Amino acid sequence: METDQLIRTLAADTRERPWPVGLVLAVALLAAGLVSIAMFSAALGVRPDVMSAMHNPFFDLKFVVTLALASSAIVVGLHLSRPEATLRGWAWLLLIPLLFLAGGIGCEMLLPQPVPMMTRMIGKNWSVCLVAIPALSLPLLAAALIGLRHGASTRPAVTGAIAGMLSAGLAATLYASHCTDDSPLFVATWYTIGTALLAVIGAVAGARVLRF
Amino acid sequence: MREREDDWTALMRAAISGDGAAYHRLLKAITPVLRAAAKRGLARAGQPVDQSEDIVQDILLAVHLKRHTWDANAPFAPWLFAIARNKLIDSLRRRGRRVFVNIDDFAEVLPGEAAPETAPATEVAAQLQSLPVRQRQVLQSIAVESASIKDTAKKFAMSEGAVRVALHRGLASLTAKLREH
Repeated sequence: METDQLIRTLAADTRERPWPVGLVLAVALLAAGLVSIAMFSAALGVRPDVMSAMHNPFFDLKFVVTLALASSAIVVGLHLSRPEATLRGWAWLLLIPLLFLAGGIGCEMLLPQPVPMMTRMIGKNWSVCLVAIPALSLPLLAAALIGLRHGASTRPAVTGAIAGMLSAGLAATLYASHCTDDSPLFVATWYTIGTALLAVIGAVAGARVLRF
Repeated sequence: MREREDDWTALMRAAISGDGAAYHRLLKAITPVLRAAAKRGLARAGQPVDQSEDIVQDILLAVHLKRHTWDANAPFAPWLFAIARNKLIDSLRRRGRRVFVNIDDFAEVLPGEAAPETAPATEVAAQLQSLPVRQRQVLQSIAVESASIKDTAKKFAMSEGAVRVALHRGLASLTAKLREH
């Protein structure tokens, strides 16, 4: 086919305008969110003392951290879905959840604690946490990759890693409502391991599926 | 140069609000620039420059299928060059070279630059053969026989809507096949 012929064909393809990347991402995440919520309800469920736990600022902080992670990853991921985009000026957004976490750890250090630091960090649920966050993340990671694939990232591995962090942030939000370990030290250790794992999986998958 | 790029931006704005003629003009206008850059990239990688037309067509397909990622408030040229550079690097890599493409390859091209002989593109034509029959017929009718959507619909006893869908799907799967290739 000659290039002029191709150009004519492209110009004829004026079907409806394609959806913006953000919309595709939102729809995909919503659908996958339902799957993750179903998995969560079947296997874990919200902790029974959730009403009283909500009065504990360290319980609430878990959601601030995980939602900050998810939303900053969504913003950075959507930014990177444009071909001319680079991380410069945007990567710092991903530090926001870490700042909340560091603030929480600082506060906890200042308050008198009945249990020693190592015990708070290891917690009771670390093994559940290590399985639950990645498992609940997988449908969301698939959705994030589908959404971002609609974009045109010229940094597919980096964008895939961001998609992994995004899915981990959302999955950890669910998991946090089940887990009785509220210490920011626990979150900083086990949630971070889960998120890092998802970032690696996302980078590997992204390098393959986000090329355009 | 500045002026040329402002023209592109204006044409693309018109194009995404549904002006097919502006879109056609834009694609015509960027093609020689893409061709010159593809040749320079190939030459620098020690590859025969007569493959440039395949790269040009690859870039044009990507521009078309990813046009929704362009922000209408931003200039068009940086977006275009990012896609073009990505496609150029990709296709040089597929040809087995590690290369670094300078963004200036695209920015510094003069429009009237003399073009040495270029072999016709073969990859798109080859992949066309592997498309489902309906998509291939529609694409060929519009591309090769220059038929309109309307005439194509009449010829294959399809609705115009179905022709548009087949056309769009055909272009999308063509691009996917080029990527896997």
